[in-house]
Amino acid sequence: MALLEVRDLHVWFALPSGRELHAVKGVGLDVERGELFGLIGESGCGKTTTVLALMGLLPSSASVAGSVRVDGADVLSGGEKGARAHRWTETAMVFQGSMNAFSPVKTIGWQIAEPMEIHGVASRRAARARAGELLELVGIPAAAARRYPHQFSGGMRQRAAIAMALSCEPKLLLADEPTTALDVMVQAQILELLQRLARELHLTVVLVTHDLPLVAHICDRAAVMYGGEIAEVAAVDALYHESRHPYTRMLFAATPELLGGKDVTSIPGSPPRLDQPIVGCAFRPRCDSAVVRCATDHPALAEVARGHEAACHLNDPATGVLSVPDAGQPAGGAG
Amino acid sequence: MSGRSGMSGMSGPILRLDELRTYYPARRNLVDWARRRPRRVVRAVDGVSFEVHEGEILALVGETGCGKTSTIQTVVGGFPATSGRVVVDGRDVTRLSGRRLRAVRRITQMIFQDPYESLNPRLRIRKAVEEPLQVHKLVASRSERRRLASEALERVGLTPAELFVDRFPHELSGGQRQRVAIAAALILNPRLLLADEPVSMLDVSIRAGVLSLIDGLRRERAMAVVLVTHDLSTAAHYADRIAVMYLGRIVEEGPTADVLRNPQHPYTQALLSVVPKSDPRDRFVPRVLEGETPNPANVPAGCRFHPRCPVATAECTVVDPALAPPRASRAAGHRVACILTQGPPPVEEREAAGANNA
Ligand SMILES: Nc1ncnc2c1ncn2[C@@H]1O[C@H](COP(=O)(O)OP(=O)(O)OP(=O)(O)O)[C@@H](O)[C@H]1O
Ligand SMILES: [Mg+2]
Repeated sequence: MALLEVRDLHVWFALPSGRELHAVKGVGLDVERGELFGLIGESGCGKTTTVLALMGLLPSSASVAGSVRVDGADVLSGGEKGARAHRWTETAMVFQGSMNAFSPVKTIGWQIAEPMEIHGVASRRAARARAGELLELVGIPAAAARRYPHQFSGGMRQRAAIAMALSCEPKLLLADEPTTALDVMVQAQILELLQRLARELHLTVVLVTHDLPLVAHICDRAAVMYGGEIAEVAAVDALYHESRHPYTRMLFAATPELLGGKDVTSIPGSPPRLDQPIVGCAFRPRCDSAVVRCATDHPALAEVARGHEAACHLNDPATGVLSVPDAGQPAGGAG
Repeated sequence: MSGRSGMSGMSGPILRLDELRTYYPARRNLVDWARRRPRRVVRAVDGVSFEVHEGEILALVGETGCGKTSTIQTVVGGFPATSGRVVVDGRDVTRLSGRRLRAVRRITQMIFQDPYESLNPRLRIRKAVEEPLQVHKLVASRSERRRLASEALERVGLTPAELFVDRFPHELSGGQRQRVAIAAALILNPRLLLADEPVSMLDVSIRAGVLSLIDGLRRERAMAVVLVTHDLSTAAHYADRIAVMYLGRIVEEGPTADVLRNPQHPYTQALLSVVPKSDPRDRFVPRVLEGETPNPANVPAGCRFHPRCPVATAECTVVDPALAPPRASRAAGHRVACILTQGPPPVEEREAAGANNA
């Protein structure tokens, strides 16, 4: 049994206009124990919404459907009460931008200790002592617990945010863009830290990022999201070398390489609006290999090789090589 | 290099920085104030020299706070230079004022990381693109301004321009907004473009579009470009030359291929070693440096990198190295500020080093 099992997860946001935005559309995921799993995709594709749903932390304007199991236990069915039982103790999260979310007027140690007291996992004194230990765990001297956030560099604040997430000894850590605002050297330090924590604490990590090389570097497997759906999921090696979805391939083609002389090509157009129904494949308007069928049939995620799934009609023998390429390609350029 | 159609007719670089220094007063903390310590200075730019020629892209790379933005802000006059020279098209802009200064400013344009910074949210796209023409009182006729604005928009791929001119910035995607900012910067036909992290706010899927646009323009119009970026892969892909900054100083500079494949400065080597690669089979050994870039109000003595340098010697704590050709690279214009790698070696050693790094 996988540590994290997500089945047919949907999230809708009620917009002020009265319309509904379908941000997550039937996402399924299996993340094995001890795995470093990547969740990749462009801005707005639903990465944060997905992991917030796993934490039961979506705003009240959101409605959720589907099932989420962590270590066998159902997280969604019990409402807020059910979610609260798992939050932080089973599943913890480092929020996007959390390094900037510390309160400026309280010490780092206080802020790490507070949730432990609130969740009743430690007395005040024990929580203070534990805060120091947690800081040591992420490579910060325990004495720094007495300092204020502005006395920490960005990299140290991000470490502290990770320490805070680990305070209740979760099994699963959701890290949402934990290195996005950091320099490449500090990013490397944080990645090393996540890898070490996964190893030493047998932690399962879901790394959310828009940065493909980062996932290729530290993750075992990854899912590529597009327009609220999973487009492809596979071992990172297969994603790069045997991609079965044009979006994955085009994303790699848009990513410059330090020593690769290859051309870098942007993907024309922009991601789909999620407040309108989409007919056919959501990626079709930007796809370089769309066929007629893509305009009308919604492709389902299907196994294309062992441990490798993709949602693209080109993998279906019935689509056939004789399909006429779609003439309705986007004008492009104006990305 | 292509033929010049310049204003001055003088040959030479479009932009030359000569030992440029830009210092800011540091904020004093309470202790300093109570003890009447003198106000310290932040040495944001601390002796930077480089040249950019027409049709060339120079990437200025380095970590947050290393002085990249301060350097180009000083070039455009956003901050006063403390000392040194900023020579644009043969004229030292630190000594110009009035009309002369404006004439030089006109050939220098800048684009920012956040297109919102350069686009007024209340101005329609047409106005935003026309604005530089009005500011510099270049084109009196309204219809001519309109024509030029439409042309500029189409040049950056916003076609047909009519589809965009009447919109407001928030009605465009991030990539489209950055294209509008570029169109506005280009309408004056600048010969020097300073681009400060022009794509770091954009999704990777659309970055290449904006960068190849800049790349194409410098080729077509022999524009000189300073591309400020913290992303070494972007620098690798688009720049002709790379200058690596650390704590207000350029520590290594050279042709892109040489800096990437044969980095000499221990800082450059470490920086390159930690860049993740797309191909998981590309096994690489990150040489992760401890700590973070120190505060530029407190620049270490000797080589400013020595406290974090894995190979520093006693001499490095006292000698502040200048840029000089490295021992192990014969590439023209490859220079490094590290005493351990400078100076002429015995011939055999040079051959060996060249072979190792090939
Ligand atoms: N509270 C909300 N109310 C309405 N719509 C929302 C809300 N939060 C997110 N959305 C929408 O849901 C979609 C998915 O957003 P989400 O933040 O999950 O994307 P993301 O993949 O994390 O993007 P990024 O890379 O920019 O962080 C987007 O269209 C977004 O505008
Ligand atoms: Mg997000």
